[in-house]
Amino acid sequence: MKPPVPVVPAPIWRDFKDLQEWEANRIRRPETGDKHSSAFEALTEGIHSFPGGFVVTTVADGFFNWARKSSVWPVTFGLACCAIEMMATFASRFDVERLGMVPWASPRHSDLMIVSGTVTIKMAPMLTRIYDQMPDPKWAVSMGSCANSGGPFRHGYHVVKGVDRIIPVDVYVPGCPPPPESLLNGLLLLQDQIASFRRTGKRPAPMPKVD
Amino acid sequence: MASPMTDAEARAQISQQFEIVAEGTGSALVVALPVEQWAAFGRFARETLGCGFFSFLTVIDWKDAGLEVLAFVENLDAPFTLTMRTKLAPGVSACPSLVVIYRGANWMEREAYDMFGVVFEGHPDLRRILLPDDWQGHPLLKSYAVDTPYPPYR
Repeated sequence: MKPPVPVVPAPIWRDFKDLQEWEANRIRRPETGDKHSSAFEALTEGIHSFPGGFVVTTVADGFFNWARKSSVWPVTFGLACCAIEMMATFASRFDVERLGMVPWASPRHSDLMIVSGTVTIKMAPMLTRIYDQMPDPKWAVSMGSCANSGGPFRHGYHVVKGVDRIIPVDVYVPGCPPPPESLLNGLLLLQDQIASFRRTGKRPAPMPKVD
Repeated sequence: MASPMTDAEARAQISQQFEIVAEGTGSALVVALPVEQWAAFGRFARETLGCGFFSFLTVIDWKDAGLEVLAFVENLDAPFTLTMRTKLAPGVSACPSLVVIYRGANWMEREAYDMFGVVFEGHPDLRRILLPDDWQGHPLLKSYAVDTPYPPYR
Protein backbone atom coordinates (compact mmCIF):
# COMPACT_ATOMS: atom_id res chain seq x y z
CA MET A 1 0.00 0.00 0.00
CA LYS A 2 1.37 3.35 -0.98
CA PRO A 3 0.91 6.26 1.35
CA PRO A 4 -1.29 8.98 -0.04
CA VAL A 5 0.69 11.52 -1.97
CA PRO A 6 0.08 14.98 -0.58
CA VAL A 7 -1.41 17.25 -3.15
CA VAL A 8 0.64 20.42 -3.31
CA PRO A 9 -0.86 23.06 -5.52
CA ALA A 10 1.51 24.30 -8.14
CA PRO A 11 2.82 27.77 -7.37
CA ILE A 12 1.26 30.50 -9.42
CA TRP A 13 3.77 33.08 -10.47
CA ARG A 14 1.52 35.91 -9.43
CA ASP A 15 1.79 34.71 -5.82
CA PHE A 16 5.43 35.64 -5.62
CA LYS A 17 6.09 39.07 -4.15
CA ASP A 18 9.15 39.71 -6.31
CA LEU A 19 7.26 38.87 -9.48
CA GLN A 20 4.41 41.12 -8.40
CA GLU A 21 6.97 43.88 -8.04
CA TRP A 22 8.30 43.09 -11.49
CA GLU A 23 4.81 43.22 -12.97
CA ALA A 24 4.07 46.52 -11.26
CA ASN A 25 7.33 48.36 -11.77
CA ARG A 26 8.75 47.30 -15.12
CA ILE A 27 8.74 49.71 -18.02
CA ARG A 28 6.94 48.34 -21.03
CA ARG A 29 8.00 48.87 -24.58
CA PRO A 30 5.79 51.50 -26.18
CA GLU A 31 3.18 49.81 -28.36
CA THR A 32 3.51 52.36 -31.11
CA GLY A 33 6.67 50.80 -32.48
CA ASP A 34 8.80 52.92 -34.73
CA LYS A 35 8.72 56.69 -34.64
CA HIS A 36 7.28 58.18 -37.82
CA SER A 37 5.81 61.45 -38.84
CA SER A 38 2.03 61.60 -39.00
CA ALA A 39 2.23 62.30 -42.76
CA PHE A 40 4.16 59.07 -43.28
CA GLU A 41 1.68 57.18 -41.10
CA ALA A 42 -1.22 58.58 -43.12
CA LEU A 43 0.50 57.67 -46.39
CA THR A 44 1.20 54.07 -45.39
CA GLU A 45 -2.30 53.64 -43.98
CA GLY A 46 -3.70 55.03 -47.24
CA ILE A 47 -1.68 52.61 -49.32
CA HIS A 48 -2.66 49.76 -47.01
CA SER A 49 -6.38 50.47 -47.29
CA PHE A 50 -6.21 51.02 -51.08
CA PRO A 51 -7.48 47.92 -52.96
CA GLY A 52 -4.49 45.66 -53.44
CA GLY A 53 -2.26 48.10 -51.61
CA PHE A 54 -1.75 45.76 -48.69
CA VAL A 55 0.60 43.78 -50.90
CA VAL A 56 2.88 46.80 -51.13
CA THR A 57 2.86 47.54 -47.41
CA THR A 58 3.28 43.90 -46.42
CA VAL A 59 6.22 43.45 -48.73
CA ALA A 60 7.74 46.73 -47.60
CA ASP A 61 7.27 45.87 -43.91
CA GLY A 62 8.77 42.47 -44.47
CA PHE A 63 11.74 43.97 -46.25
CA PHE A 64 12.38 46.61 -43.62
CA ASN A 65 12.01 44.13 -40.76
CA TRP A 66 14.38 41.76 -42.52
CA ALA A 67 16.87 44.59 -42.88
CA ARG A 68 16.47 45.54 -39.22
CA LYS A 69 16.90 42.06 -37.87
CA SER A 70 19.84 41.29 -40.12
CA SER A 71 21.97 44.15 -38.89
CA VAL A 72 21.36 44.51 -35.18
CA TRP A 73 24.40 46.32 -33.89
CA PRO A 74 24.69 45.95 -30.13
CA VAL A 75 26.23 48.65 -28.00
CA THR A 76 27.96 46.74 -25.30
CA PHE A 77 27.09 47.78 -21.79
CA GLY A 78 29.31 45.40 -19.87
CA LEU A 79 29.02 46.00 -16.14
CA ALA A 80 30.25 42.82 -14.48
CA CYS A 81 31.24 39.21 -15.08
CA CYS A 82 28.42 38.76 -17.62
CA ALA A 83 30.47 41.00 -19.89
CA ILE A 84 33.11 38.28 -20.10
CA GLU A 85 30.53 35.86 -21.47
CA MET A 86 29.28 38.59 -23.78
CA MET A 87 32.81 39.06 -25.13
CA ALA A 88 33.04 35.31 -25.64
CA THR A 89 29.81 35.49 -27.63
CA PHE A 90 31.26 38.21 -29.81
CA ALA A 91 34.51 36.37 -30.30
CA SER A 92 35.30 33.90 -33.04
CA ARG A 93 34.09 30.71 -31.39
CA PHE A 94 30.43 31.77 -31.28
CA ASP A 95 30.77 34.66 -33.72
CA VAL A 96 27.55 36.65 -33.67
CA GLU A 97 28.91 38.63 -36.59
CA ARG A 98 27.54 35.92 -38.89
CA LEU A 99 24.08 37.07 -37.68
CA GLY A 100 24.88 40.63 -38.68
CA MET A 101 25.70 41.82 -35.16
CA VAL A 102 28.74 44.01 -34.93
CA PRO A 103 29.66 44.95 -31.36
CA TRP A 104 29.92 48.69 -31.53
CA ALA A 105 31.36 51.07 -29.01
CA SER A 106 29.05 53.96 -29.77
CA PRO A 107 25.37 54.18 -28.88
CA ARG A 108 24.71 56.49 -31.83
CA HIS A 109 25.24 53.75 -34.40
CA SER A 110 23.59 50.95 -32.44
CA ASP A 111 20.18 49.32 -32.40
CA LEU A 112 20.53 47.07 -29.40
CA MET A 113 21.81 47.47 -25.87
CA ILE A 114 23.00 44.35 -24.09
CA VAL A 115 22.95 45.22 -20.40
CA SER A 116 25.24 42.62 -18.90
CA GLY A 117 25.80 42.92 -15.19
CA THR A 118 24.61 44.54 -12.00
CA VAL A 119 23.10 47.96 -12.47
CA THR A 120 23.80 50.11 -9.44
CA ILE A 121 21.85 53.19 -8.53
CA LYS A 122 24.84 55.37 -9.28
CA MET A 123 25.22 53.81 -12.75
CA ALA A 124 21.52 53.96 -13.63
CA PRO A 125 21.44 57.60 -14.86
CA MET A 126 24.37 56.91 -17.20
CA LEU A 127 22.62 53.80 -18.53
CA THR A 128 19.44 55.75 -19.24
CA ARG A 129 21.48 58.45 -20.94
CA ILE A 130 23.25 56.00 -23.23
CA TYR A 131 19.95 54.31 -24.01
CA ASP A 132 18.44 57.67 -24.90
CA GLN A 133 21.34 58.38 -27.25
CA MET A 134 20.54 55.33 -29.38
CA PRO A 135 18.48 56.05 -32.50
CA ASP A 136 15.02 54.54 -32.90
CA PRO A 137 14.13 51.73 -33.39
CA LYS A 138 16.08 50.30 -30.49
CA TRP A 139 15.95 47.17 -28.41
CA ALA A 140 17.41 46.04 -25.12
CA VAL A 141 18.53 42.64 -23.92
CA SER A 142 18.88 42.13 -20.20
CA MET A 143 21.63 39.60 -19.67
CA GLY A 144 22.04 37.66 -16.45
CA SER A 145 20.25 37.50 -13.12
CA CYS A 146 21.53 40.87 -11.94
CA ALA A 147 20.22 42.81 -14.88
CA ASN A 148 16.97 40.81 -14.85
CA SER A 149 16.03 41.27 -11.22
CA GLY A 150 19.02 42.35 -9.17
CA GLY A 151 20.08 38.74 -8.75
CA PRO A 152 21.98 37.86 -5.59
CA PHE A 153 22.32 41.57 -4.83
CA ARG A 154 18.59 42.24 -5.06
CA HIS A 155 18.25 43.24 -1.43
CA GLY A 156 21.47 45.22 -1.35
CA TYR A 157 21.09 48.90 -0.67
CA HIS A 158 22.64 50.13 -3.92
CA VAL A 159 21.30 47.83 -6.64
CA VAL A 160 18.55 48.59 -9.14
CA LYS A 161 16.05 45.73 -8.92
CA GLY A 162 16.20 44.86 -12.56
CA VAL A 163 17.21 47.04 -15.46
CA ASP A 164 13.60 46.96 -16.67
CA ARG A 165 12.81 49.58 -14.05
CA ILE A 166 14.69 52.17 -16.06
CA ILE A 167 14.54 51.01 -19.71
CA PRO A 168 12.10 48.72 -21.54
CA VAL A 169 13.60 45.27 -22.00
CA ASP A 170 12.72 42.96 -24.89
CA VAL A 171 14.55 39.73 -24.06
CA TYR A 172 15.62 38.48 -20.65
CA VAL A 173 18.50 36.02 -20.69
CA PRO A 174 18.62 34.03 -17.44
CA GLY A 175 21.79 32.67 -15.91
CA CYS A 176 24.52 33.70 -13.54
CA PRO A 177 26.30 34.37 -15.81
CA PRO A 178 24.54 33.02 -18.91
CA PRO A 179 26.88 31.01 -21.10
CA PRO A 180 27.43 32.29 -24.64
CA GLU A 181 24.92 29.74 -25.96
CA SER A 182 22.24 31.30 -23.76
CA LEU A 183 22.99 34.81 -24.93
CA LEU A 184 23.07 33.59 -28.52
CA ASN A 185 19.64 32.03 -28.02
CA GLY A 186 18.40 35.31 -26.58
CA LEU A 187 19.73 37.23 -29.57
CA LEU A 188 18.02 34.81 -31.95
CA LEU A 189 14.75 35.28 -30.04
CA LEU A 190 15.23 39.01 -30.38
CA GLN A 191 15.68 38.60 -34.13
CA ASP A 192 12.38 36.70 -34.20
CA GLN A 193 10.74 39.60 -32.38
CA ILE A 194 12.21 42.14 -34.76
CA ALA A 195 10.94 40.15 -37.74
CA SER A 196 7.40 41.15 -36.75
CA PHE A 197 8.34 44.57 -35.45
CA ARG A 198 6.38 46.90 -37.71
CA ARG A 199 3.12 45.92 -39.32
CA THR A 200 1.28 48.58 -41.23
CA GLY A 201 -2.49 48.51 -40.90
CA LYS A 202 -4.73 46.25 -38.89
CA ARG A 203 -3.85 42.61 -39.26
CA PRO A 204 -4.39 39.58 -37.05
CA ALA A 205 -1.58 38.89 -34.65
CA PRO A 206 0.69 36.05 -35.71
CA MET A 207 0.34 32.67 -34.06
CA PRO A 208 2.68 32.35 -31.08
CA LYS A 209 5.69 30.24 -31.81
CA VAL A 210 5.70 27.02 -29.81
CA ASP A 211 8.71 24.78 -29.56
CA MET B 1 71.34 51.15 10.53
CA ALA B 2 69.54 50.14 13.66
CA SER B 3 67.88 46.75 13.64
CA PRO B 4 64.07 46.96 13.30
CA MET B 5 61.92 47.06 16.39
CA THR B 6 60.60 43.71 17.59
CA ASP B 7 57.06 43.21 18.81
CA ALA B 8 58.24 42.85 22.43
CA GLU B 9 59.96 46.24 22.19
CA ALA B 10 56.82 47.73 20.68
CA ARG B 11 54.69 46.33 23.53
CA ALA B 12 57.10 47.79 26.05
CA GLN B 13 56.99 51.20 24.32
CA ILE B 14 53.20 51.21 24.27
CA SER B 15 52.83 50.30 27.94
CA GLN B 16 55.45 52.85 28.89
CA GLN B 17 53.98 55.75 26.92
CA PHE B 18 50.25 55.12 27.20
CA GLU B 19 49.90 52.78 30.17
CA ILE B 20 47.93 50.39 27.95
CA VAL B 21 48.76 46.71 27.62
CA ALA B 22 48.73 45.71 23.97
CA GLU B 23 46.58 42.66 23.38
CA GLY B 24 46.93 40.18 20.59
CA THR B 25 49.27 37.26 20.17
CA GLY B 26 52.79 37.35 18.84
CA SER B 27 53.49 39.97 16.24
CA ALA B 28 49.84 41.00 15.78
CA LEU B 29 49.37 43.82 18.27
CA VAL B 30 45.88 45.03 19.17
CA VAL B 31 45.48 48.23 21.14
CA ALA B 32 42.11 49.28 22.56
CA LEU B 33 42.10 53.02 23.12
CA PRO B 34 39.81 55.63 24.60
CA VAL B 35 38.64 58.11 21.98
CA GLU B 36 40.67 60.97 23.48
CA GLN B 37 43.95 59.16 22.84
CA TRP B 38 43.07 58.13 19.27
CA ALA B 39 44.96 60.88 17.44
CA ALA B 40 47.82 60.95 19.94
CA PHE B 41 48.32 57.22 19.61
CA GLY B 42 48.23 57.52 15.82
CA ARG B 43 51.08 60.01 15.96
CA PHE B 44 52.97 57.76 18.41
CA ALA B 45 52.47 54.74 16.12
CA ARG B 46 53.76 56.66 13.14
CA GLU B 47 56.72 58.42 14.70
CA THR B 48 57.91 56.13 17.51
CA LEU B 49 56.84 52.68 16.34
CA GLY B 50 57.54 53.51 12.70
CA CYS B 51 54.19 52.22 11.43
CA GLY B 52 54.18 54.27 8.24
CA PHE B 53 51.78 52.19 6.18
CA PHE B 54 48.09 52.84 6.80
CA SER B 55 46.53 49.59 5.66
CA PHE B 56 42.82 50.05 6.28
CA LEU B 57 40.23 51.70 8.48
CA THR B 58 36.82 50.28 9.16
CA VAL B 59 33.91 50.57 11.56
CA ILE B 60 31.94 47.93 13.42
CA ASP B 61 28.35 48.59 14.44
CA TRP B 62 27.71 47.01 17.85
CA LYS B 63 24.04 48.14 17.80
CA ASP B 64 23.20 49.37 21.33
CA ALA B 65 26.85 49.42 22.40
CA GLY B 66 27.70 52.03 19.80
CA LEU B 67 30.20 52.11 16.98
CA GLU B 68 33.79 50.94 17.06
CA VAL B 69 36.44 52.46 14.78
CA LEU B 70 39.29 50.17 13.84
CA ALA B 71 42.50 51.04 12.01
CA PHE B 72 45.27 48.74 10.90
CA VAL B 73 48.77 50.16 10.47
CA GLU B 74 51.98 48.37 9.64
CA ASN B 75 55.68 48.94 10.02
CA LEU B 76 56.95 47.50 6.76
CA ASP B 77 60.49 47.00 8.09
CA ALA B 78 59.61 45.38 11.40
CA PRO B 79 57.95 41.99 11.98
CA PHE B 80 54.83 43.26 13.73
CA THR B 81 51.49 44.77 12.82
CA LEU B 82 49.32 47.08 14.87
CA THR B 83 45.54 47.27 15.11
CA MET B 84 44.13 50.35 16.79
CA ARG B 85 40.53 50.21 17.96
CA THR B 86 38.37 52.62 19.85
CA LYS B 87 34.78 52.37 20.99
CA LEU B 88 32.57 55.37 20.58
CA ALA B 89 29.87 55.92 23.19
CA PRO B 90 26.33 54.85 22.21
CA GLY B 91 24.70 57.47 20.06
CA VAL B 92 27.99 59.25 19.43
CA SER B 93 29.33 59.35 15.88
CA ALA B 94 32.27 61.75 16.28
CA CYS B 95 35.85 60.53 16.15
CA PRO B 96 39.17 62.37 15.72
CA SER B 97 40.62 62.19 12.24
CA LEU B 98 43.96 60.61 11.40
CA VAL B 99 44.42 62.42 8.08
CA VAL B 100 46.96 64.86 9.50
CA ILE B 101 49.16 61.91 10.50
CA TYR B 102 48.35 59.41 7.77
CA ARG B 103 47.42 60.77 4.35
CA GLY B 104 46.20 57.30 3.42
CA ALA B 105 43.37 57.66 5.90
CA ASN B 106 41.67 60.33 3.81
CA TRP B 107 39.51 58.25 1.51
CA MET B 108 39.02 55.50 4.09
CA GLU B 109 37.56 57.95 6.56
CA ARG B 110 35.36 59.31 3.80
CA GLU B 111 34.15 55.78 3.13
CA ALA B 112 33.53 55.17 6.84
CA TYR B 113 31.53 58.38 6.92
CA ASP B 114 29.64 57.30 3.81
CA MET B 115 28.72 53.85 5.07
CA PHE B 116 28.47 54.34 8.84
CA GLY B 117 28.02 58.07 9.36
CA VAL B 118 31.09 58.46 11.57
CA VAL B 119 32.03 62.14 11.51
CA PHE B 120 35.82 62.46 11.60
CA GLU B 121 36.69 65.74 13.23
CA GLY B 122 39.55 67.51 11.49
CA HIS B 123 39.09 65.76 8.16
CA PRO B 124 39.81 68.25 5.37
CA ASP B 125 37.16 67.03 2.91
CA LEU B 126 34.52 64.89 4.59
CA ARG B 127 31.83 64.08 2.03
CA ARG B 128 30.40 60.96 0.44
CA ILE B 129 32.83 58.97 -1.67
CA LEU B 130 30.92 55.98 -3.08
CA LEU B 131 27.22 56.72 -2.85
CA PRO B 132 25.39 59.47 -4.74
CA ASP B 133 25.48 62.88 -3.09
CA ASP B 134 21.74 62.93 -2.52
CA TRP B 135 21.70 59.62 -0.63
CA GLN B 136 19.72 59.48 2.59
CA GLY B 137 21.16 57.52 5.50
CA HIS B 138 24.21 55.34 5.99
CA PRO B 139 23.57 51.87 4.59
CA LEU B 140 26.01 49.69 6.51
CA LEU B 141 24.53 50.60 9.88
CA LYS B 142 22.50 47.78 11.39
CA SER B 143 19.58 50.13 11.76
CA TYR B 144 19.40 50.68 7.98
CA ALA B 145 16.36 48.73 6.77
CA VAL B 146 16.69 46.11 4.05
CA ASP B 147 14.90 47.13 0.84
CA THR B 148 14.87 50.81 1.70
CA PRO B 149 13.17 52.35 -1.31
CA TYR B 150 15.02 54.72 -3.61
CA PRO B 151 12.52 55.60 -6.30
CA PRO B 152 12.49 54.95 -9.17
CA TYR B 153 15.34 52.48 -8.92
CA ARG B 154 14.43 50.36 -5.91
